[in-house]
Amino acid sequence: MKKFFLFIVFISASFSQSQFPSLKNYANDFTSTLSSEQLSFFNSKLQTFDDSTSNQLVLLMIPTLGDNSIEDYANETASKNKIGTKKNDNGILLLVVKDDHKVRIEVGYGLEGALPDALCSSIIRNVMIPNFRQNDYFTGIKDGIDAIILASKGEYKAVQKNKSDNNVHAIFSIIMIIFFIITFFIRGGGGSGLFFLGGLGGFGGGGGGFGDGGGFSGGGGSFGGGGASGSW
Amino acid sequence: MKKGLIVSLSIVGAIFLFIVIIVLWAISSYNNLVTLNESVNQSWSQVENQYQRRADLIPNLVNTVKGYANFERGVLTDVTNARASVGQLKVTKDVLDNPQAFQKFQAVQGQLSGALSRLLVTVENYPDLKANENFLELQAQLEGTENRIAVERRKFNETVQGYNTSIKRFPTFILATMFNFKDKQYFKATAGSETPPKVEF
Repeated sequence: MKKFFLFIVFISASFSQSQFPSLKNYANDFTSTLSSEQLSFFNSKLQTFDDSTSNQLVLLMIPTLGDNSIEDYANETASKNKIGTKKNDNGILLLVVKDDHKVRIEVGYGLEGALPDALCSSIIRNVMIPNFRQNDYFTGIKDGIDAIILASKGEYKAVQKNKSDNNVHAIFSIIMIIFFIITFFIRGGGGSGLFFLGGLGGFGGGGGGFGDGGGFSGGGGSFGGGGASGSW
Repeated sequence: MKKGLIVSLSIVGAIFLFIVIIVLWAISSYNNLVTLNESVNQSWSQVENQYQRRADLIPNLVNTVKGYANFERGVLTDVTNARASVGQLKVTKDVLDNPQAFQKFQAVQGQLSGALSRLLVTVENYPDLKANENFLELQAQLEGTENRIAVERRKFNETVQGYNTSIKRFPTFILATMFNFKDKQYFKATAGSETPPKVEF
């Protein structure tokens, strides 16, 4: 019985491994290559890019692709996370596969004009890979991101409405939290376990608004396989 | 007498109500089929666009490669011939309803894919060509197009699957037969096109 249970756990573990990751930040490093300062540098840079142009550029570093081709992996991950806005399909995924020595820029439908395949390929070959060969991942990624931003920043403009939407969310969740704290104290701090759990549930629901401020959330963009891959 | 009238009236009413329900169902179901059919057509045109884009890239590619001394002529001729037969292929809208025409489309495009990948493999033997920025850009465009074809084919297959399932399900299939909604063809992996070509030195 125990063996069977372990087997089930093993199966589900291997299943979840083969799935494509859900990305919570603009810069995601599953290889522990970048330091936390470097990650937050990228996060704030890409957040600013999103706020000012509505283009969503997401960085993902993984150790290995497993059985997937880099094209499939990038397309499935970008589509799953819906990078870019639904209206403009202006998402970009920069995927660095460290141990397989492969890199891909996956471009959403709406940016294929600003970032044609040949340009992506040139960025990869001439800007990123020379640094990757020296094991300087930070510089390679930074220069690559700069080149992508330069090429795509004129394409779309951010809509101001989004911003105030976020604020409304944030204000709403603050009110919710205050409300729960107050009710919590009015009830004498004890409350029943059930009540406390209920309060937590409400907090989680409202807290979504905060996520929009710091982390990444996809806007509904779709991808048709545009972009380029390279290896070193 | 009066009682009989009420009974027959309510029977008529029930039949009428039944007919109204059937008609409403038929309308929404028919509209749904039309929508699905249109989305199949739309994703098919995406597939065609990408194949067209690939065909448009080839003259440029051939010209760039041709300039290189003693580049294997056979490989280039294959590409040019395959490109020519793709150009001659007349694709009408009913290719999706016609298994033979669809298979032919897939075979001809598959031939071009094979010829192109042999060309790219042969290029490995020409270091000058591999370092040529012009060629590298063409190669990136070609690879990007092949990848787009793969993505659009996958999306097309998913759309067709949804459509085919819904026209076969009861009770929608009654409507589908009445209004002649046919089974659509989709892409199958063909022998040889999915395996990378062998490198011979």
